[in-house]
Amino acid sequence: MSDAAPTVVRIERVTKTFPQGNVTALQDIDLELAPKEFASLIGPSGCGKSTLLRVIGDLIEPTSGTVTVNGKPARQARNDGDYGIVFQDAVLFDWRTVAKNIALPLEMLGWGRAKRKARVEAMLELVELGSFAEHHPWQLSGGMQQRVAIARALAFEPALLLMDEPFGALDEMTRERLNLELLSIWAQTGSTVVFVTHSISEAVFLSSRVVVMSPRPGRIAGFVDVDLPYPRSVETREEPRFFELVTEVRELLRKRGEHLLPEEAAALE
Amino acid sequence: MPVVKRVGVVAATVVLLLCCWELYRWIWTSTGWTWPFLVNDTSMPHLWTIAKAFGQPAQVNQPALITVLLHKMLFTAKEAAAGFAIGAVIGFALGVILVHSRLLQRGFLPYIVGSQTVPILAIAPMVVVWVNPKLPTGLQGWGAVAVIAAYLTFFPVTINTLRGLQSANPRALELMRTYAASRWTVLWKLRVPASLPYVFSALRLAATASVVGAIIGELPSGLQDGLGGAIINFNQYYSIEPQELWATNVIAAVLGIGFFVIVVLAERAIVRRPPESST
Repeated sequence: MSDAAPTVVRIERVTKTFPQGNVTALQDIDLELAPKEFASLIGPSGCGKSTLLRVIGDLIEPTSGTVTVNGKPARQARNDGDYGIVFQDAVLFDWRTVAKNIALPLEMLGWGRAKRKARVEAMLELVELGSFAEHHPWQLSGGMQQRVAIARALAFEPALLLMDEPFGALDEMTRERLNLELLSIWAQTGSTVVFVTHSISEAVFLSSRVVVMSPRPGRIAGFVDVDLPYPRSVETREEPRFFELVTEVRELLRKRGEHLLPEEAAALE
Repeated sequence: MPVVKRVGVVAATVVLLLCCWELYRWIWTSTGWTWPFLVNDTSMPHLWTIAKAFGQPAQVNQPALITVLLHKMLFTAKEAAAGFAIGAVIGFALGVILVHSRLLQRGFLPYIVGSQTVPILAIAPMVVVWVNPKLPTGLQGWGAVAVIAAYLTFFPVTINTLRGLQSANPRALELMRTYAASRWTVLWKLRVPASLPYVFSALRLAATASVVGAIIGELPSGLQDGLGGAIINFNQYYSIEPQELWATNVIAAVLGIGFFVIVVLAERAIVRRPPESST
């Protein structure tokens, strides 16, 4: 990426160590994300992908290095509401209806009632849950709850969407359907997406770029640019190029010694 | 369960318990067993004797006992309700303050727990002496009793509010951070709603405790207008007319259950949560 290109996320030499157990979760991470990019962070557990996501969101402070979101320091970007976030669990509030859950960030931003109502309706339309507005979260399936969480994260049109294994707790079929839905939502909103996953096929299917990470210490092992054209469909998963890219990611993961013990991996460095 | 079936179950249980009372009486009197206590018309009067007592005046020139007791019940209910309200508000406020400061928690929690180890009967006279002179005339007497009832009410509410406020999902707290929410916003939009199931289970305990507190509070204040006064009074005649004390106990139990039911109904109306996790 050229220096002139605008960036939504710029991470420079970010290191994060946790004093407990002297763990280096992230070491010298450099990463830039352009507008409308869909980037997946993939790697074995302990590679720091969720930590990196939280560093971008200023939920964890890096030990050193700088994080810039929308051209601002991460702290200011968080205070300005520059990103939406989706966790593995939907984290919906049981005491609120679906519509009120989606309205939550809008209330925080001080939107008026009429404006909130209109936006919530539009978001319900977007995630195809129009008839469930007055339901409570526990009346919805896991997949539907996650769609509500996505609607809530996108309700205030943030430039950046952070997703931490959002479909990790769902069954394979629901996951693949939601992958398609997420792509269509993304196409309509044009946000930049950072998507943490441990599924290689999910990462390749969704992303314009896959960021492969390796553990102990967490670092970027390499990038795979996914040149499959958008919009993608069910057939995309059957194309030869899809399998080539899946293999490429898998090799990158393997090369970095995810199957090795820490000391063996260290010997490779 | 449909309402009709529920009411049926409750009614059947009451009838069963009443039958147990008479059956126990019958076995113990006919066999002459004296363990654990001698059963006769004084220790366990017949249910119909107690029932009949409601309809008769306890003293000459007085209305029927039930009328007297219902008036006294209303008086005690006023004390208990005021005590419950004061205790619930103070208890909740304490919980909210303590959840925000580990230091205060460490400093004050032992004393809050300790406050409940002091017998209420030992504190009641002091509360009456301290509080009564400062009350306006309309509150004299029963106002001090309400404070005593509040003393029993606030404790479970404080402990459960604290627990409930701490029960918020850590991910949900993280979500609120992404909105740059202030402590105040996190409190009202997340912590308090998440705490309500905990708060209400404390309020259920507090509802009955406030009635007990009001009755006990009446004893040292020398108030004759409530159920506490009636209990002291009928206690003195127990060997001659035990059914009157029993009748008073029935009314006191009805009051306690009434308070409990009101809290349960309020909880149903206010707390939204998945049906399978409701208790």
